[in-house]
Amino acid sequence: MARIGVFVCHCGENISRTVDCAKVSATLKDHPGVVVSQDYKYMCSDPGQTLIKQAIEEHDLTGVVVAACSPHMHEKTFRRAASQAGLNPFVVEMANIREQCSWVHEAGPETDAKAIEIVGTIVEKVKNNVPLETIHIPVTKRALVIGGGIAGIQAALDIADGGAEVVLVEKEPSIGGHMSQLSETFPTLDCSQCILTPRMVEVYQHPRITLHSYSEVESVEGYIGNFHVTVRKKARSVDEDLCTGCGDCQAACPSRKIPSEFDAGLGMRSAIYVPFPQAVPNIPVLDRENCTLFKGRAKGREKDLCGKCKESCLRSAIDYEQEDTLIDEKVGAIVIATGFKLYSVGREQPEGLKGYAEYNYGEIPDVISGLQFERLASASGPTGGQIVRPSDGKVPKKIVFLQCIGSRDPEKGISYCSKICCMYAAKHTMLYRHKVHDGEATVFYMDIRSAGKGYEEFVRRAIEEDGANYIRGRVSRMYRDGETVKVVGYDTLAGETAIFDADMVVLCTAMRPHKGNKNLGRKLSVTYDQYGFISSAHPKLRPVETTTAGVFVAGACMSPSDIPDSIASASAAASKVLGMFSGDELEREPTVAVVNERTCIGCFNCERVCPYGAIEHIDVCNRENEVCGHVARVLPGVCQGCGTCVATCPSKSVELQGFTDEQIFAEINALLTW
Amino acid sequence: MSEMTEPINDFEPRITAFVCNWCTYTGADMAGTSRMHMASNVRIIRLPCTGRIDALFIIKAFERGADGVIVSGCHPADCHYTAGNYHARRRFIVFRELLGFMGVDLGRVTFSWVSAGEGAKWRDVVNETVERIRELGPFDAYHDLALRQAAGAASGTSLDVPDVVAPVVAEAGDAS
Repeated sequence: MARIGVFVCHCGENISRTVDCAKVSATLKDHPGVVVSQDYKYMCSDPGQTLIKQAIEEHDLTGVVVAACSPHMHEKTFRRAASQAGLNPFVVEMANIREQCSWVHEAGPETDAKAIEIVGTIVEKVKNNVPLETIHIPVTKRALVIGGGIAGIQAALDIADGGAEVVLVEKEPSIGGHMSQLSETFPTLDCSQCILTPRMVEVYQHPRITLHSYSEVESVEGYIGNFHVTVRKKARSVDEDLCTGCGDCQAACPSRKIPSEFDAGLGMRSAIYVPFPQAVPNIPVLDRENCTLFKGRAKGREKDLCGKCKESCLRSAIDYEQEDTLIDEKVGAIVIATGFKLYSVGREQPEGLKGYAEYNYGEIPDVISGLQFERLASASGPTGGQIVRPSDGKVPKKIVFLQCIGSRDPEKGISYCSKICCMYAAKHTMLYRHKVHDGEATVFYMDIRSAGKGYEEFVRRAIEEDGANYIRGRVSRMYRDGETVKVVGYDTLAGETAIFDADMVVLCTAMRPHKGNKNLGRKLSVTYDQYGFISSAHPKLRPVETTTAGVFVAGACMSPSDIPDSIASASAAASKVLGMFSGDELEREPTVAVVNERTCIGCFNCERVCPYGAIEHIDVCNRENEVCGHVARVLPGVCQGCGTCVATCPSKSVELQGFTDEQIFAEINALLTW
Repeated sequence: MSEMTEPINDFEPRITAFVCNWCTYTGADMAGTSRMHMASNVRIIRLPCTGRIDALFIIKAFERGADGVIVSGCHPADCHYTAGNYHARRRFIVFRELLGFMGVDLGRVTFSWVSAGEGAKWRDVVNETVERIRELGPFDAYHDLALRQAAGAASGTSLDVPDVVAPVVAEAGDAS
């Protein structure tokens, strides 16, 4: 006989404000099979849990229903409490009367009735729950980090320093990410490359880190502790083992007028190139789209048109016939750190955004993006750190910075705040004023958001010590006026139009997720939000975990983040990975499918629908011990518990533990008893 | 106008929702976290994945007196288990045809994709479904059938209506 205990939580007033908890508890007391029903202010608190534990012992309960918040919130808490009192944790279920009842309805008899019914259905389910045992699976103590920006670098170093092996995959020819492009960083104004490049070298030299640069994740199979990852190493046309990074090939390359991605289009590079001098690995890559030889081949020329780089290479490291290679890696955990891209202000707008054609970005050469300004200000940039106009190379005496370009603008751009722009605009004004002492820096802003240690002080310093002129308002139009750019804006504090003849305009553009995030999310079964940022498992309580066990997330691929945030989340993700690796086995919930081998007809429909390859064939023998057929069996370590096989099985021979037909039908029967 | 289609003002539809744990259940939680008010007629049954949904569940809900059913899971390509929602969709298309063939108004079954972040969409799905079912009126055909079957079994007499439910369901269950 079932002996169920029902425990109704008030959640302070979160539930009791709209649901009559005493009434729910009293009604359930009369429910068949319920031997004890109580309500309490905070079930999840220590006294609340003690109350449940005592009831389990006192009434010798066979099942527990906690009517409180979502199972995603506290199911683990209550299962743990029950097991401390000697009850199998898997006979404990939660009835969600908070998120799906008290928070979405007004107080009244209908809401009470709904709450009672929700609890009743779960009681009926629990009557059909059976004790289950936790599954133990082995764990491969090796991690994959996707993305070699500052977040990926930090995660890789932390995990490797913690003693586990790391595979770092970076799609660009060099690691370093956006941080390597920056000149100085706020709020300390220390040189970005000076703090980053030693870490890049550390990654390269670390005995436990394997770096695959110019590579992408092709496919991911498996599950927590046991992922099989295929990495596509793109054809670099250079043998990484032979190359010494001498740079002779770059000097020999005749195609030299290709806009450099690293310099945000302000500088030029050759077709065979190392993106920047401190690149890691310091091995060039041949850009086949812009290479004379490959362009000739694409046009069907029989004889190669060039070959200068190959001739120049004393180590014969250049290989025009090199092809993409696929590398298999076995890992136990994955950290996604794919970073961000910047919103492009140009006329061509992605995903139906209206954009800012009125700013004429891309048409007026002296209207540049924030990242381009970073390259101009950087000592390693195309101008050697001199801030000059791209149009004529003159030093601009008046620069106007426009904040929130794309951010906080649901009408034309995106709704969210990009978080870093207020700070880097303030930094830009300082860098500019430190280099051009008689220069005039004006910032158009919506609000100044400078929350962070030392951030507000930094903005005040830009205004008070470096004389940046801040105007609250937006710019409606920009056009070329002789040698200058006419900036027509409105000062909302003064209540008047603000018109500037600027020598240069810098647009502080929004941070956006990489287009590839959605694709990667699908490969890893990880969810992403409406913008394409990777979602965390819980925005507050589990910020660096994803909805897929064993997959973690760090840095700006989650949401706009500055460098300290990215590093903090990367270290957090690394500590999660190391925690996972601290034992030899992982525990997971026994929500897996089980085949009744006696009734299985061996049709293997289950095998065809299983996304994990968790079905194996078992021999069936006759009396002479000869194999006469096959039936299915589920590998419990591989099964993830979706239950698709259950609904597909024509002989009803598969059951999903925790969601059996009996349990679900019991719920349906209980739901509609009115 | 038949009796059933006449508007019944105090009719409160009973709706059962079969939702997946990762997207729609979390989306419904999100609606709660965001304190979005919605009609209280829907009862959720949480499943790991829409791929777990057996057409029998829907028939059972109707038999127990549901006036409408919602099936909701992750958007295409977003399934936590890679492909369960595709299997659910295929099954549902076949099942829907059969329901139509059997004379059930297809407005009584709603299939939707609601992601974990779409609390507002869940609220809209709930409210729209409740309003639609309210217009359609109560659905008693299967409920009555079940009651008559039970009464027949109790009195020991054979059922005087053809047993249409079971074979249909078996076909629908196979059609993945």
